[in-house]
Amino acid sequence: MHRRTMLKGLGAVASLPLLGSAAHAEDTVKIGLILPMTGQSASTGKQIDAAVKLFMAQNGDSVAGKKVQVILKDDTGVADVTKRLAQELIVNDKVAVLAGFGLTPLALAVAPLATQAKVPEIVMAAATTIITQKSPYIVRTSCTLPQTTVPLADWAAKNGIKTVVTLVSDYGPGIDAAKAFKGRFTKAGGKITGELTAPLRNPEFAPFLQKVRDLKPDALFLFVPSGQGAALMKQVAERELTKAGIKVIATGDVTDDDQLPDMGDSVLGMVTTHFYSAAHPSPENKAFVAAFEKANPKMRPNFMAVGGYDGMHLIYEALKKTGGKTDGTALVDAMKGASWTSVRGPVKIDPATREIIQTVYVRKVEKVDGQLYNIEFDKIPDVVPPSPDGN
Amino acid sequence: MSLPEPAADAARLLGRRARIRPAEWLFWALAFAALFLLPERHLILNSIAVQALFALSYDLVLGFAGIVSLGHAAFFGVGAYAAGLMTKFVTGDPLLGLAAAGLAGGVVGFASSFLLLRGSDLTRLMVSLGVALILAEIANKAAWLTGGTDGFSGMAVGPVLGRYAFDIFGHVAFAYSLCVLFVLFVLARIVVHSPFGLSVTALHHNPLRARAVGVPVNRRLVAMYTFAAIYAGIAGGLLAQTTQFVSLDVLDFNRSADVLLMLVIGGTGYLYGGMIGAALFVLAQDQLASLTPQYWHFWIGLALVVLTLVGRERFAKRLGAFARLLPGAR
Repeated sequence: MHRRTMLKGLGAVASLPLLGSAAHAEDTVKIGLILPMTGQSASTGKQIDAAVKLFMAQNGDSVAGKKVQVILKDDTGVADVTKRLAQELIVNDKVAVLAGFGLTPLALAVAPLATQAKVPEIVMAAATTIITQKSPYIVRTSCTLPQTTVPLADWAAKNGIKTVVTLVSDYGPGIDAAKAFKGRFTKAGGKITGELTAPLRNPEFAPFLQKVRDLKPDALFLFVPSGQGAALMKQVAERELTKAGIKVIATGDVTDDDQLPDMGDSVLGMVTTHFYSAAHPSPENKAFVAAFEKANPKMRPNFMAVGGYDGMHLIYEALKKTGGKTDGTALVDAMKGASWTSVRGPVKIDPATREIIQTVYVRKVEKVDGQLYNIEFDKIPDVVPPSPDGN
Repeated sequence: MSLPEPAADAARLLGRRARIRPAEWLFWALAFAALFLLPERHLILNSIAVQALFALSYDLVLGFAGIVSLGHAAFFGVGAYAAGLMTKFVTGDPLLGLAAAGLAGGVVGFASSFLLLRGSDLTRLMVSLGVALILAEIANKAAWLTGGTDGFSGMAVGPVLGRYAFDIFGHVAFAYSLCVLFVLFVLARIVVHSPFGLSVTALHHNPLRARAVGVPVNRRLVAMYTFAAIYAGIAGGLLAQTTQFVSLDVLDFNRSADVLLMLVIGGTGYLYGGMIGAALFVLAQDQLASLTPQYWHFWIGLALVVLTLVGRERFAKRLGAFARLLPGAR
């Protein structure tokens, strides 16, 4: 008797998943959104998920006569889970598009699958250069690290900075950033006097920052992934680098809008380059930030959110162009060359590389209405993702 | 030649313990039935099979040898990378890849087992954790070989037995993993009921007495630990081959912790605990995560707290009839 109850229980558990995939309507376009909603990169997932929801709320859930359904999955930031979820979404849910991908290995794990199943893979976050080369079905709406780093190297060279020490997280994007900065900065006549890498997980920056103080460069270049900026800047403040005459410059990942409000006044005046700031003074962006903050109280949209928002825009536009047809190759072709005015400024999908061409802004942290913001004071329009060495 | 009376008694008792129970037939019949009845779920079933093998391996260490470890992912990860490298640079044959994975896991297991011979449970926890962390850092630093944090890609796994190519639906993957799991399970079952396995169980229950009756405690522990590490390596190899991608999280602490949770759920020391635990854990995680992608950790946590507070034994008593049908259950 007991055994039978247990078996029944097991049977029930096993059959639960079947119910979900039963209904599959022809006039529905399904988008599989795979994000790290828990674990170390949860903030990325939260931002993108909120932006996707906002986009759907603003633009409706139907396009070109089809109903759009987003299926959100949490991959916890673990690559084999991402791969399995993507596979299940393709095979069982018959999704037309896969989107999300918070980290480089997660995007790379799915690349062969996108090619095999001919399903577009919209990378909304991961930023290592190589990603789009791994499948002709990958289109990226965030950025590559050299793309946001190179303008900073130019700015530093032009503003009297002669020597720089680089400190980056020890993983693909970090190495990418350091390499791009070095390539560009040395070409412009500057000198890299130290290249430091901190571990990606549970980093302790103090010894590295002490080393920077000893090396006494004109400036310190920083990159850490979205979500680690606050911890890093706290330690930078404790080491009083600016008092020692060392300028701190970084990619916008460090003064991420998600965390900037809590970083404290020590980051005031810090110069960064990136493709998005919540303070970007365009009417489109003002409306976006207001709507985002209304839908998600106490949360400021960051560049991850914009990557997700524009990713959805791109999918909608592609569906309009194909007249609702969900053939993967047609969708990717429709995305190539697409251009629109994003909340970050004008953007275009490069038809050759499927990367996003966009304006990169030089910004300075300032206080506006008692809150810290990245205020843009210069911009480099139409930055094409450069080669990894920054030239 | 007939045995003296007490020895014959013991042989009968041990024979009874080793007998195959009806529930075991049922368990495997269900598992293989899933091959045909649940074709849409083969992808998740494949990851259950892989986790089940990993949990089986950990059960050999924890449930039979009584070694508490928080670094079992070390062997899993080494196996995954070994299978990946084998596929990329030597041959795409899956079975040879698994052999490489098992060998790699076994070598690391053998080498690190000596660190675990001395010391209490707490020391063993820390040492095993340390070994796994060191290996994870090596894999991270050796990016030229492992791909570092970007992950190891570009594996072209050949067809199983030269005939069955891996498909996007996971059919071949699940059949392959299930067969490997079954074969290795049968082997494990034979081993734990062999004199060797019985002596390991004995020294788990009372190392002093075991030593007194002449069981070479250290050698047995090393052997069992290595044996389990080979299993973990093969599980890692299976994961690498069926996902055709290896990332640093194969060596992650979370993986070691998860496998411990699976055994907490399923129970130790009767070989099926890890496999049942793996199935429940992966299914619960999948279901909860699709219901509430942000907060599923809460529900898993709650379930575990309840399970540990109420005690699995009490649950097991409720399901006593079933539990008694499994071998080695007390």
